[in-house]
Amino acid sequence: MHEMMVAQSLMAIISNEAAKHDAKPVVARISCGMLNSINDEALCFAFEAIAKDTLYEDLKFQIEHKPIRARCETCKVEFEIELSRPECPCGSEKFELLADAPLILEEIDFQTD
Amino acid sequence: MEKVDIGKRILRENEKYAFENIMFLAERKKLCLNMISSPGSGKTTILTRTIDELKGKLRIGVIEGDIQTDLDAERIRATEAPVVQINTEGACHLSAPQISAALKRLPVEDLDLIFIENVGNLVCPSAFELGESGKIVVLSVAEGDDKPAKYPAIFAKSKVLLINKIDLLDGGHVDFDIERAKADARRLNKAIEILPISAKTGEGMGNWYDRLEKWVKNSRL
Ligand SMILES: Nc1nc2c(ncn2[C@@H]2O[C@H](COP(=O)(O)OP(=O)(O)OP(=O)(O)O)[C@@H](O)[C@H]2O)c(=O)[nH]1
Ligand SMILES: [Mg+2]
Ligand SMILES: [Zn+2]
Repeated sequence: MHEMMVAQSLMAIISNEAAKHDAKPVVARISCGMLNSINDEALCFAFEAIAKDTLYEDLKFQIEHKPIRARCETCKVEFEIELSRPECPCGSEKFELLADAPLILEEIDFQTD
Repeated sequence: MEKVDIGKRILRENEKYAFENIMFLAERKKLCLNMISSPGSGKTTILTRTIDELKGKLRIGVIEGDIQTDLDAERIRATEAPVVQINTEGACHLSAPQISAALKRLPVEDLDLIFIENVGNLVCPSAFELGESGKIVVLSVAEGDDKPAKYPAIFAKSKVLLINKIDLLDGGHVDFDIERAKADARRLNKAIEILPISAKTGEGMGNWYDRLEKWVKNSRL
């Protein structure tokens, strides 16, 4: 459940942005690489727990998991890798994992009425 | 509805401290290794044996992460190595600010090598950079040879994989295909060094000590 600390960091950034824009955030879009091991349900659950009875309790998350990319040493092609079946489309098992995407708060939708 | 572009790294607070820790260690040319495994794989046993057997060769200090107790810190203290205890109070991983505070409580100048024993968990600790020089993942044979395939993140990020409790393989008490575990780990991480050991009998520990001594030497350059 490292999602709890992620939720706390998110709350800090979101409340700061809400103050800057003087508006209520409704949707937050997040992206992360697979190696961040983020579980959507666990993250939403953790956020709900800390956002209860605040301006943010109805905030919805949209979480995009970016696939890990790898470069094949046999055919030199870059491809999206599935960790459950780590091989290049060419069949080769010789490849190098490329850097995993960090956890990013990409966008917030604010209420405008 | 107004859409606003944010583009901020969510763990930037942790990353900021991790970077401070990197600088702190680099200025002093100290090696710091973050040890990660499931509960009970043998992290503390490996550490106490390593400290005892490298006495007079490497001066080792330990940062002990534990959810609640100080049992592991006590075991380290019995070796007379300096140890700082961090209670995470429920959290399943250590974070960089905790390491930053702990480093200030260790006699770092008098040490060659600092080990961090992370909280027993194969998933969460791998998502938090601490500013360490490298991650060491420990997998014991009783856990099964499918763990690199099932928990890829930590194997993809570690410099060394210690396959512990190989003494259990002898009597045929556990089915663990070392070659399969090695192949799966290497598929995720070509550069990972894999050392089969038994912290109980001492088998294979010599290779681990050689690795550590070489690493410490390189970090002094
Ligand atoms: N047979 C055998 N037992 C071992 C070996 N290494 C550790 N153990 C035993 O495994 C158990 C757990 O060891 P610990 O060193 O406490 O494991 P840990 O990873 O520090 O555990 P946590 O800190 O709770 O996550 C103890 O009973 C050890 O004696 C080994 O190489 N062989
Ligand atoms: Mg322990
Ligand atoms: Zn290929």
